[in-house]
Amino acid sequence: MVAPQLFRSARLLSSRLSTPIRPSFQQSACVPSVLSSRKYATESGVKEVTVRDALNQALAEELEANQKTFILGEEVAQYNGAYKVTKGLLDRFGPKRVIDTPITEAGFCGIAVGAALAGLHPICEFMTFNFAMQAIDHIINSAAKTHYMSGGIQPCNITFRGPNGFAAGVAAQHSQDYSAWYGSIPGLKVVAPWSAEDAKGLLKAAIRDPNPVVVLENELLYGQAFPMSEAAQKDDFVLPIGKAKIERAGKDLTIVTLSRCVGQSLNAAAELKQKYGVDAEVINLRSVKPLDVETIIKSLKKTGRIMCVESGFPMFGVSSEILALSMEYGFDYLTAPAVRVTGAEVPTPYALGLEQMSFPQEDTIVKQAAKLLRL
Amino acid sequence: MPPKLLGRGAVQIRWRKVATSPRRWGSSISQRPGSDSVRFPGAVNSKFTTQMSFVKPADIPAIPTYRVMDSDGVLVDTDRGPPDVTDAEVLTWYKNMLTVSIMDVIMFEAQRQGRLSFYMVSAGEEGVTVGSAAALSPDDVVFAQYREAGVFQQRGFTLQEFMSQLFSNKNDNGRGRNMPVHYGRKYPKMHTISSTLATQIPQAAGAAYALKLKALQNPNHPASVVACYFGEGAASEGDFHAALNMAATRSCPVIFVCRNNGYAISTPTLEQYRGDGIASRGIGYGIDTIRVDGNDIFAVYEAMQAARKLALEGGPGGGRPILIEAMSYRVSHHSTSDDSFAYRARVEVEDWKRRDNPIIRLRKWLERQGIWDEDRERETREDLRRTILKEFGAAEREKKPALREAFTDVYEEMTDETREQMQELKRILQTYPEEYDLRQYEGGADSL
Repeated sequence: MVAPQLFRSARLLSSRLSTPIRPSFQQSACVPSVLSSRKYATESGVKEVTVRDALNQALAEELEANQKTFILGEEVAQYNGAYKVTKGLLDRFGPKRVIDTPITEAGFCGIAVGAALAGLHPICEFMTFNFAMQAIDHIINSAAKTHYMSGGIQPCNITFRGPNGFAAGVAAQHSQDYSAWYGSIPGLKVVAPWSAEDAKGLLKAAIRDPNPVVVLENELLYGQAFPMSEAAQKDDFVLPIGKAKIERAGKDLTIVTLSRCVGQSLNAAAELKQKYGVDAEVINLRSVKPLDVETIIKSLKKTGRIMCVESGFPMFGVSSEILALSMEYGFDYLTAPAVRVTGAEVPTPYALGLEQMSFPQEDTIVKQAAKLLRL
Repeated sequence: MPPKLLGRGAVQIRWRKVATSPRRWGSSISQRPGSDSVRFPGAVNSKFTTQMSFVKPADIPAIPTYRVMDSDGVLVDTDRGPPDVTDAEVLTWYKNMLTVSIMDVIMFEAQRQGRLSFYMVSAGEEGVTVGSAAALSPDDVVFAQYREAGVFQQRGFTLQEFMSQLFSNKNDNGRGRNMPVHYGRKYPKMHTISSTLATQIPQAAGAAYALKLKALQNPNHPASVVACYFGEGAASEGDFHAALNMAATRSCPVIFVCRNNGYAISTPTLEQYRGDGIASRGIGYGIDTIRVDGNDIFAVYEAMQAARKLALEGGPGGGRPILIEAMSYRVSHHSTSDDSFAYRARVEVEDWKRRDNPIIRLRKWLERQGIWDEDRERETREDLRRTILKEFGAAEREKKPALREAFTDVYEEMTDETREQMQELKRILQTYPEEYDLRQYEGGADSL
């Protein structure tokens, strides 16, 4: 009944309790329209790069360029990172700049913040942001506030990074989205990349930024490949923090989204076009804080309708904020009540079906958009 | 750390109180002239010295490791006599260790076949878990980490309960809400496993404090302790340090059991800490501490039994924490998401498996006592394997938890919104019965 010949080889990707084999979330395909909408890329120079490799490139380039940078975290060196994002970095930069730490988030995060206060530019990897809760005091009370409290003489150039949000089959304690948590703190900058270009450009920007920046990656995107322009492949490629990107232009509905939900929203937009002939504009936030209010409101003025899609819990979230802003700055342009599509108000269930239902799926987005547009 | 100030007002009030109070407390300490030892409040028994010397941990001999039998299953100290346990009890322990070990192999393979999403084996650590649990009473409370199937097995968690949790079926105590191996049970009380590392350690200290208060309020209540399990990696978390200090200062009857198995996922102990294991930390916090050979189930049992007695000393108002560091070797991968041969040599693991293992060691003991042999070993293993596979199959086929369980327990009482959602689901399911196959859910739409 449990015949050993059915053995599957052990997956190398590991985490404390993570990455079980379960095809809970389908990889959302990168739609061709994305490719065609890119302005700076010529078809010839474009290369397919996974988010994992893009992050790895960004780290390698910044470690190379700036002697003040170093990366530390659990299993980042010898094991190449729990999700292999730091693969090869130990061999290339040595154990003084790629540092394995004991299992003490509060400890290594505090050390990283201290190093930043002393003038270095640490990159602090959390195996997942779920574990960063052990260290959140250092991130918020120290990293985010010291510059202000010191009267501007004590900068804290630090980057916190790691997977955030839902993964597959890891239930309540491993599937939370912290965008709203960090997004609410003055002193922090928060970015949430979706594509490979986002990942590389934003991580590099985060490392160079003199402020503490939280980079919220997504485990399910690591293995996903995206086209990367020739410009983005170069080592001087940086994206501005605080600027959103219009991934798909449209005139009927503005969909504001971030991280993995960008891919889902693009697919939903394609379906809306195909089913109803509706043109949805999809805005990839890229940066949670500062928030690109201008791009959002400009789009809202054009379409008259706005919908937010995110995987956080419904209340007091990124969507709540954007809906409030659209009311404050674009009320007179709204032709329908603004709508949010978010994760469900429940600790993430383990059961496959419930887990899927507790996060936005493509058909959820399509249905809500159709309802909003009265289609 | 969080600032302790409550606000300016509170600070001022406290200051005033201190400043105007002329009273000396009975516990106050003052420095007597000519005294040869320190009377500073922070170190009351320290002698003065004119020799400036730093305490060098390397110069202090390592804390010894208590053992009863050697790796051949032979009693080391013949003067002391054999452990005070009946043959029947030892055989139960042995079978419990075998059960966990066989279940591990079956479930690990089942995970590889995609029949469950995740699993964590405890190979090499069955002696620590079964041996320590054997010394607990049913009223004792357990906070485990995630590699303590042996504790659950020894405390009467049935194979059906294991399998129901692993397959998230209707009999699962956790209503199918948790990842596999997140077992939990009401009595004997074993708190549900928490994925986040080390959170159980301060909670265990708190639970022990509650037991102590309960005993104070009701002396007829059976005296009980909390047993708290964790690995040496978790002992790096701040929670561990906070927990030990709090347990010591509040005199909580809690036994901290550290399974020092050599690896925290991929991090070897050499990179995890520089001190003398975890045991040395207990001493720093003023906690009675012992290090035991985790592959020697008798040593673990005896240490745990003595620890339990010590922890409860001083009557209902007494109590104190104890730290046991049980040394072993994690033969298994960290979890099904890990391939440990990426960071350690296969031969190292094979060596440990062959050279020393808690199950083999106890088997040798049993054989020397003449109460075990090859035939019994084979029969028992086959029997256990059959039983486990039977429960495996039954649990896999069993119905899933009732649909209602998808709505309950987010709060103690269901919110009005949730109730409405549940009624709406029921209405839809009953209106379109052809569209939904509810056969695999206990009670179908009626559960809503």
